[in-house]
Amino acid sequence: MTKMLKGIAASDGIAAAKAYMLVQPDLSFSETTIDDPEAEVSRLNDAVAASKKDLEIIKAKAAENLGDEEAQVFEAHLTILSDPEMLGQISDKIKNDKVNAEAAVKSITDMFIQMFEGMTDNAYMQERAGDVRDVTKRLQSHLLGVTMPSPALIDEEVIIVAHDLTPSDTAQLDRKFVKGFITDIGGRTSHSAIMSRTLEIPAIVGSGNATDEVKAGQKVIIDGIHGDALVEPTDDELKQYEQKAKDFAAQKAEWARLKNEQSVTADGKQVTLGANIGTPKDVEAATDNGAEAVGLFRSEFLYMDASELPSEDDQFEAYKQAVEGMNGKQVVVRTMDIGGDKELPYLPLPDEQNPFLGYRAIRISLDRQDIFRTQLRALLRASAYGRLAIMFPMIATVKEFKDAKAIFEEEKAKLVADGVKVSDDIEVGMMMEIPAAAMIADKLAKYADFFSIGTNDLIQYSMAADRGNERVSYLYQPYNPSLLRLIKNIIDASHQEGKWTGMCGEMAGDQIAVPLLAGLGLDEFSMSATSILKTRSLLRKLDTTKMKELSDKAVTECETTEEVVDLVHQYTD
Amino acid sequence: MEKKDFHVIAETGIHARPATLLVQAASKFNSDITLAFNDKSVNLKSIMGVMSLGVGQGSDVTITAEGADEADAIAAVAETMKKEGLAE
Repeated sequence: MTKMLKGIAASDGIAAAKAYMLVQPDLSFSETTIDDPEAEVSRLNDAVAASKKDLEIIKAKAAENLGDEEAQVFEAHLTILSDPEMLGQISDKIKNDKVNAEAAVKSITDMFIQMFEGMTDNAYMQERAGDVRDVTKRLQSHLLGVTMPSPALIDEEVIIVAHDLTPSDTAQLDRKFVKGFITDIGGRTSHSAIMSRTLEIPAIVGSGNATDEVKAGQKVIIDGIHGDALVEPTDDELKQYEQKAKDFAAQKAEWARLKNEQSVTADGKQVTLGANIGTPKDVEAATDNGAEAVGLFRSEFLYMDASELPSEDDQFEAYKQAVEGMNGKQVVVRTMDIGGDKELPYLPLPDEQNPFLGYRAIRISLDRQDIFRTQLRALLRASAYGRLAIMFPMIATVKEFKDAKAIFEEEKAKLVADGVKVSDDIEVGMMMEIPAAAMIADKLAKYADFFSIGTNDLIQYSMAADRGNERVSYLYQPYNPSLLRLIKNIIDASHQEGKWTGMCGEMAGDQIAVPLLAGLGLDEFSMSATSILKTRSLLRKLDTTKMKELSDKAVTECETTEEVVDLVHQYTD
Repeated sequence: MEKKDFHVIAETGIHARPATLLVQAASKFNSDITLAFNDKSVNLKSIMGVMSLGVGQGSDVTITAEGADEADAIAAVAETMKKEGLAE
């Protein structure tokens, strides 16, 4: 019997392959007394050698797929595995206490982990505790003879089945072999989902129990368009899905023809379709998918991939590369958005009860002006090489925007005085993600050159519902009339001052939301690069007058999300 | 026995990537090599030992090597310190 699993459709496409369980093995053991310490030490040495062999391969794969910098973490793991002090202490423990290698490894590594974790004034060292933990797990798996999943070691076509995928897991995935994945937890905006769209592989997240329902090696079909997975399908089902995969490929080919077409509605209204990018390397995928701008360049990667604050020159190079890559098309860079769920090992932030309501984004930038000014100078210098715009995240008040803008003007004046070439028409705008800002959008529009609506945070803050909390996930309602009213207020306010509004959240590429947003007069839609052509195809079928009627009704007459969705279907089907 | 003193200038002190490079440089030699800081001394071939010292910017440290290739070992460690902008 075919087993059917349902989850959240995270990334379009259909794939079938054998299941690869990316699940932590059981590493439990009991401490025993041993008679032959020499044999036990040699068992330890064998496990160390086997672990090193794994890591050498993983390191080489990571270097090949992701670059040397990403591979360095595995180099660090190898150095830990070669540590004479640690290995010496483990061997001594086996010899002196006559305990099995597993117990000795645990006892000694626990000591180091505790020591690193105890360095509370040094976030970097605390992170190293995680490295020791990772290395210990691999070593124990070899001692216990269980398999430790290593995505980098995969060498045949597979569908990954996991509870969740961490950034370090996805960093090791080889697109050649990983045809799709399904996870137990997560939503459309979780790391794993965003990654699957970047890699352009079909994915389902939030299936609930895929890791219990699927066994290693079973055939699995992933339908990332509808969020369905079939385990051990029949031949007929396999054939059906092969047909669906072909249809999808044909659909994609049709969308691809729109790559160089303009983003105009059926009645000739022009809008801009942009891409959200995380690093300058993503510019290629953006232009390949026909992006007319970069509506959001998350500058966090510069901070998160580093072991210290990135220098002005390093940042300048990254921004310059992005604006040059877009070849005269606008690139909107969001200034540092750290805090909330994003931490920097070298910039310890105080522990907070509510990090999402705490010290983050522009709040840090205005407080730590040394960091902020360095970033602004790098941006200003890069502005000479293309069309760069800047926006500040998490602006709540007029004063915050004015303060941030004043610092920008100061740095600009300094650079100009020093004879550095700086563009004279840099647009400076702000993210709209706090309801308080949305309510005074008319005032903010006097100072900001543009608004960019960040839907994830705007929904989370207006519904007062943590987006990572599964129990309140029903409140994540992008089409709720309350949110549409906020969006309308923002767009109308910008237009009254002759400014424009974009949207850089996942909602901008959502097929239900696009007709509503077109009706509300959104000027720029920025999304995952892979959603652009699909959205362009949809927009070309929409009539703005009709969509305005739709959005007016949704804003004034609808009471619930369901009513809004029904209304959209009435107007577009 | 060979000895050399260093004054740490790197902003982040001796940890992260530079620490790994130092350990790798030291591990190539047969001599016993130690890093001393604040009356404590650790094996320079042990990444955990080196990181546990918590050597920050402005610290003064001493590297000692003892063995057949002690002179070469000190030279190699000094070279890494200089190349990585760690210490002078």
